[in-house]
Amino acid sequence: MSNLDSIIQSCKEAAFDLDFKRAKAWKEGAPGRTLVGYLPIYMPREIVHAAGGLPVGIFGGGDRKPIVKGDAYYQSYICHIPRSVMEMVLDHQMDHFDGFVFPSICDVIRNLSGMFKQHGFGRFVKYLDLPQNFVPEIGGRFYVHEMEHILRYLREVNGKEVTTEDLNHSIRLYNRNRELIEQIYDLREEFPWRLSLEEWYYVLRAGTVIPVEEHNEMLHVVLEAIRQPIGTPQDRVKVVLSGAFCEQPAIGLIRAIEDAGCYVVEDDLMLGSRMILGPIDDQSDDPLEAIALAYLTRSRYSSSIYDVHQPKEDRLEALVRQRNASGVIFASASFCDPSLLDAPIFQNAFNVRGLRYIAFQYSENINQFKVIKEQVGAFADSIKLWEDEPAEVSIA
Amino acid sequence: MSKEAIKEKSMILQKEMVEGLFNELDRVQETGKKVCYTFVPGNLSELIRCFDMLPVYPEINALQNAMRKKSAGYIKEAERHAHSEDVCTYVKCDIGMMIKGNVGPTGSKIPDPDVLLLSYTGCFTFMKWFETLKRSYPNAEVIMLHTPYQENGEMTPEMTAYMVQQLEQEVIPKMEKVSGVKFDPEKLKKILGLAREAQDWIARIFETTKHRPSPIDAYFAGVYYIGPINIGFRGTPEAVAYYKELYNEIMERVLQGLGPITPEGEMPEEKYRLVVEGPPNWTNFREFWKIFYDMGAVIVASSYTKVGGVYDLGWRHDPDRPLESLAEYCMNCYTNLNIPQRISLLSKLIKEYHADGYVTNSIKSCNSFSAGQLAMMREIEDKLEVPVGFIESDLVDPRYFSYSNIKNRLESYFQMLAQRKFIHETQNA
Repeated sequence: MSNLDSIIQSCKEAAFDLDFKRAKAWKEGAPGRTLVGYLPIYMPREIVHAAGGLPVGIFGGGDRKPIVKGDAYYQSYICHIPRSVMEMVLDHQMDHFDGFVFPSICDVIRNLSGMFKQHGFGRFVKYLDLPQNFVPEIGGRFYVHEMEHILRYLREVNGKEVTTEDLNHSIRLYNRNRELIEQIYDLREEFPWRLSLEEWYYVLRAGTVIPVEEHNEMLHVVLEAIRQPIGTPQDRVKVVLSGAFCEQPAIGLIRAIEDAGCYVVEDDLMLGSRMILGPIDDQSDDPLEAIALAYLTRSRYSSSIYDVHQPKEDRLEALVRQRNASGVIFASASFCDPSLLDAPIFQNAFNVRGLRYIAFQYSENINQFKVIKEQVGAFADSIKLWEDEPAEVSIA
Repeated sequence: MSKEAIKEKSMILQKEMVEGLFNELDRVQETGKKVCYTFVPGNLSELIRCFDMLPVYPEINALQNAMRKKSAGYIKEAERHAHSEDVCTYVKCDIGMMIKGNVGPTGSKIPDPDVLLLSYTGCFTFMKWFETLKRSYPNAEVIMLHTPYQENGEMTPEMTAYMVQQLEQEVIPKMEKVSGVKFDPEKLKKILGLAREAQDWIARIFETTKHRPSPIDAYFAGVYYIGPINIGFRGTPEAVAYYKELYNEIMERVLQGLGPITPEGEMPEEKYRLVVEGPPNWTNFREFWKIFYDMGAVIVASSYTKVGGVYDLGWRHDPDRPLESLAEYCMNCYTNLNIPQRISLLSKLIKEYHADGYVTNSIKSCNSFSAGQLAMMREIEDKLEVPVGFIESDLVDPRYFSYSNIKNRLESYFQMLAQRKFIHETQNA
């Protein structure tokens, strides 16, 4: 097995281990270590790292967790991820977590934080109210208070006083992490056959459950491996996958999209790991302020961020062009308010601008994709056949 | 068939107020008044009034359209324009109405907004809604007031400071720019004083349901009572006069030992006292209400009537802390409370209003309310040993109001309440 294959295999195991055994082993490796679970989309993992903790992404049970108890907590018309998260926590799969952070994204995840509080899961539960005011002196200051609140919780757990140098060191590590991730995206754009989306997804998602130092080493190896001319190009079209930033599609769906004739060269599956564009200042006397400033001024577009000053359709279009993609696949989790409410904004704009797209919905626990595969296949074929003609869409 | 509704003086006062607002909206081209689209939860009525603007509440238009059986067509229109079946139907009704020419529920065209004031309280969808509206009204000024969630069950000084800063540096300067009116702190204080008075009255009104029989239905009639305080009249002498009149009418009923007035007249007997969680269904509002009053069930308290402000726990606008109290008002709306706070408030209502049961009307397209309701229900059932009922419907999409399902469920629930009452009475005999 090559280095690349062994990393992919190891990442696959870590990414889908619903008992978070790697994180647990890490915690047991030294006294004072803490585990902080976080929900999508974005949380500043640097602060948990600086406080001697491991931030652990919680992306639901996917198609690997039968839901028995979770359904008793949610009506049928609510998305699937909160019920699988409830199932996991009720099944004691997160008993070793010290605390949980629920970043602001939607009403469902917000209210899930209250349910965790009500049940007393973990030693702390924090709903991270990310600012929707983007003036540094206003929204930035509020965001700093929010981060300080998390640090206070962490201090109560392990007593660690976080220094400026601790924070700057963590910022450097995550800067490197994002840099490596973007380098791999850039290479995949050019040579997508060298690392499939499925393989890349394993590697990327594993980074949310293992220490950043370890992940950076893995990313480095992956990057070096795909710099080599491996794999065979296929006759596929390059596309951007958008809208699947919270509840994750099953691996079968990710595989189906590429098998149906696409190379996904850009996506928002692990948006939180890539939220900040470029490095955060790692020499600052006030690192929390540096993190806040980066979020306010250099975030990717996201359904969780009020976009009036930077319309998301413009940003997605720019991304499509930057990645030389021929179209967009909008994949929304069923009943996902942020994604579904954004869909008309994107689609109505793209109709006018002649950008090709298709849209479908999925649920994390559904793994029958025949219809979607046919839809994606037809989409890819239509692009190949009429590549030079602008898309014309009429509303019936 | 329902008989014609009986109108009391307070109802006429309310009608005059609402008609007055719509008349003013009709005349903006002549008067030059500026139009401010905003939402009910966390509405800054006092500030809007301070700048002589006229408010438009998209979700009120949506529910009014539903009551007039117009929402289905508007929702369908929005769905033809890529809006999903599975999102908030208020949004789709509003977007559909806009696509069809923005003719409001009263039959007049609603003027375009000069400003979109998003005081984003307790509902993430509001933010997405205004992102959509901004694309339809590119010339409208957009004002965002981010209201922090009471995630830890409290309003911290940092949260208040964040909001006051936004009010001082973003909201007020932009409102001055749009309206051409300079901010007058003294005027705001006076308006806040009147708002406080109206809040005192409405708190007293909703407390009257502690009487037996309850003189009013705090849900089905309650949604009418909260109209003026939520849709722009808070802070006016008219609202104070309305609530005073309403209170006097209700107290008269208390003195006479009368139960609530329903669309079919006085309710003869109060059999069950309930607390209801969740918004009502608007498309079949009367049918829905009738199921309850036919069974002798009175809603003595509801969470929905607190969506535009929670006054039960003593909070009021404070003219001496004008901006701070605007901030606190926004943070203190029902859906901005965390789940433990909601459970605690509902438990208090069940106990203090001597409710026989607790019913959740779970709304398909309102995650702000619905996500967590099952856990809340279980907690309340365990803690208070009160019988709980659960029904599902929607805000303004008639496709999700299944009369027979709801009736069946409620009938079973009322049978259970009757049995419990019987057992209880037999044991105490």
